[in-house]
Amino acid sequence: MPCTPSDMKTVADIVARHDADPTRLVQILRDVQSTFRHIPAAIMDRLAAQLSIDRAQVQAVTEFYTFFSTEPRGRFDILISDSITDHMLGSREIAAYLCERLGVTPGQTRADGQVSVDFTSCTGMCEQGPAGLVNGYALTNLTRDRVERIVELVNDGTPVSQWPREFFVVKDNIHRADLVLGTKLQPGSALRWMFQRGLDSTLDEIAKSGLRGRGGAGFGTAMKWKFCREATGSTERFVVCNADEGEPGTFKDRVLLQSYAHQVFEGMTVCGAVIGARRGYLYLRGEYLYLHEPLNAVLAERRRAGLLGSNIIGRPDFEFDIEVRIGAGAYICGEESALIESMEGKRGVPRNRPPYPVTNGYLDQPTVVNNVETFAAAALIALKGGAWFSAAGTEKSKGTKILSIAGDCARPGIYEYPFGTTMAQILADCGGTGAMGLQIGGPSGIFIGAQEFERVLGFEDLPTGGSFMIFDQRRDVLEIVRNFTHFFAHESCGFCTPCRVGTSLLKNQLDKICAGHGGKADLAELTHISKLVRATSHCGLGQTAANPILSTLERFPEQYEQRLKAISFEPGFDLDGALEVARRMSGRDDAHAHLAQEA
Amino acid sequence: MTEHMLTIDGQRIPFTEGQTIIEAATAAGVYIPHLCHNPEFKPHGSCKLCTVKVNGRNCSACTFPAADGQEVLNNTQELNETRRTITQMLFIEGNHFCPSCEKSGNCQLQAVGYYLNMLDAHFPFFYPSREVDASHHEVMLDRDRCILCELCVRASRDVDGKNVFALSGRGINSHLIVNSTTGKLKDTDISVDDKAVHVCPVGAILIKRKGFEVPIGERIYDGQDIGQVSLEHEMPIVEEAEHGR
Repeated sequence: MPCTPSDMKTVADIVARHDADPTRLVQILRDVQSTFRHIPAAIMDRLAAQLSIDRAQVQAVTEFYTFFSTEPRGRFDILISDSITDHMLGSREIAAYLCERLGVTPGQTRADGQVSVDFTSCTGMCEQGPAGLVNGYALTNLTRDRVERIVELVNDGTPVSQWPREFFVVKDNIHRADLVLGTKLQPGSALRWMFQRGLDSTLDEIAKSGLRGRGGAGFGTAMKWKFCREATGSTERFVVCNADEGEPGTFKDRVLLQSYAHQVFEGMTVCGAVIGARRGYLYLRGEYLYLHEPLNAVLAERRRAGLLGSNIIGRPDFEFDIEVRIGAGAYICGEESALIESMEGKRGVPRNRPPYPVTNGYLDQPTVVNNVETFAAAALIALKGGAWFSAAGTEKSKGTKILSIAGDCARPGIYEYPFGTTMAQILADCGGTGAMGLQIGGPSGIFIGAQEFERVLGFEDLPTGGSFMIFDQRRDVLEIVRNFTHFFAHESCGFCTPCRVGTSLLKNQLDKICAGHGGKADLAELTHISKLVRATSHCGLGQTAANPILSTLERFPEQYEQRLKAISFEPGFDLDGALEVARRMSGRDDAHAHLAQEA
Repeated sequence: MTEHMLTIDGQRIPFTEGQTIIEAATAAGVYIPHLCHNPEFKPHGSCKLCTVKVNGRNCSACTFPAADGQEVLNNTQELNETRRTITQMLFIEGNHFCPSCEKSGNCQLQAVGYYLNMLDAHFPFFYPSREVDASHHEVMLDRDRCILCELCVRASRDVDGKNVFALSGRGINSHLIVNSTTGKLKDTDISVDDKAVHVCPVGAILIKRKGFEVPIGERIYDGQDIGQVSLEHEMPIVEEAEHGR
């Protein structure tokens, strides 16, 4: 696409709006994509020149994030969430219907350039799906009636801002509140207490609370803050809130950011004071674009109230501010060092560790990266003290955990429980008593069967970043595993060999078995690749990518065996599939152009 | 100065503060298979061929810092099988036709395959469609053979100061790109003397008109295995780096 002088003016304005700051490359590309519906080559050249960075960097970042494209997408760019929970609510059927009514093929822009439809990883609306995005904004509860309306709106060219508001309603659906969701925090109250109590003793209270990272890994929060605070040789320190809630089935951060934003920002500010940072960032997943303006409004309100900026709560020695940065469709950016890379305007590739972000994080400076829920809890602990929090939970898992419950249950939504609660209790509360299995902690977690429902929530037994998916007897275990395995192959960053190649091999191997082409040797092969990917991958994504396969192979071996052929070996390739290229080239599709594989 | 020690397969290995496991091993004459690592450049850790067990945990020897008392397992059947599988993965994700490749005999991927007793590709080939760039008058880029080790990226950036190469894309679609408006080598300032042209462990970056100058049979890995060659070449580099520390 040739770019006109007025296009170049638009690009210059976008760059200026971001202070020509190369660390904001992902933000700039988001604006370019939404303005031009793609990132044209000529604009890549221009951006490289204006930001004084390599053209290759602009291209590499463009080609890394799924929300960017080098070919024009539709003026209405619709993405349908491909989470298993959306599937269970009929998303695939809805997507097929939408495509049929619009006359589009998934992944291809309609010839008139008006619309494109594609699939995307979980959009975090699991309990109000089937869900999707239109021009980046979250759509919930997609029904055939809504699809009919959307088709009209698209064909009439009605701007998304004028679409019916009810299409975009995102509910909180909080069904059980405990310490974190049930305590009202007056904005500023935790900060006042912190200064009254002193920074050192505030950190002591965090330590006493036993708070561990809520993203899933569970590193001690006070320890992390302490390491960062004590890191030497730095010019600046940073607070980063990881709001890249990408684990399929997780949506509790969405609710915290929508209805408890003050609490989250207050927790970040407490951290800023404790570690001596002046700048904080909230890295919001691109799928939550709809939260960007409301979050900025809360930040503005906090600045007006003297809770951010300089002279916070009248203390001339305390200056701290927060900026929201948005991702662009990459699950890997939930990994803290990949998130930092993304914040620096690069591809989201996890760094080598050591060094860890607490000493060498954003811009190579000491950085605390914590989950949204961790900051929300930290704010309350600063206010109410460590003992208040540690009274709940178990020996090794103090406090409460917020769960995002979705799937086969009567009341999906948000549930906050003390650690130590049994699965059976949770299932009884949400009306999921017919469950055959649970996926705890999302695809990267584990799948447990009904005989394990007395197991408990906690780092010592079943840890979770928040995802809690329920499957009843109607569900096919292998289809669930296939969905997760495809997800990891799609989201692998490609840095290390075992994950880059291994996740694709796992996907192909599982597809082969599910299609009924697998023999006994294929099952052994599946296990072999799974163990290698788990043992040798660079980061948590690869190390957990085979969990769905390994945990179901262990518990439901018969589900796999049922799909196998009686013979022990089945060729790795599909004879008929191998002729596909020849069929395309010769334009033939008659019976003689096909080969039957011996059964 | 007290001497720092770790063990590799039970053998006591001295190391100095700041060394990685692979540096300590190389200095002591212990070969750990590797492809993306080259002691002249910043450790990278992407190929995972140098995976070793450190106190029971898998680590990349090229990036993991050596520490006192570490018990490292390297030359074990389990690790070598893992490495062989990783090498097979590198073969099947690209398009590697050794018999017709100019790098055959000088290729580290091929040599590591031999070293690890890799007798077949094991996995179905992916047969990706990758672009060849023959636009430059002296240097050619055949992405079919690229193993994404980023050695050319690092060499061009850190030694040549040119940033000619970068990795782009994601996951299995990751690919090497060239830093120019057209994406072609001819529009960069790369030159045949650049370090980046000489570090490719496979046949992805080749110098034109030099094909088969050394006949098959007389090439680097035709007579010696990669373990010997690697140590002979890399030991002095690690030692020199040590003196500079």
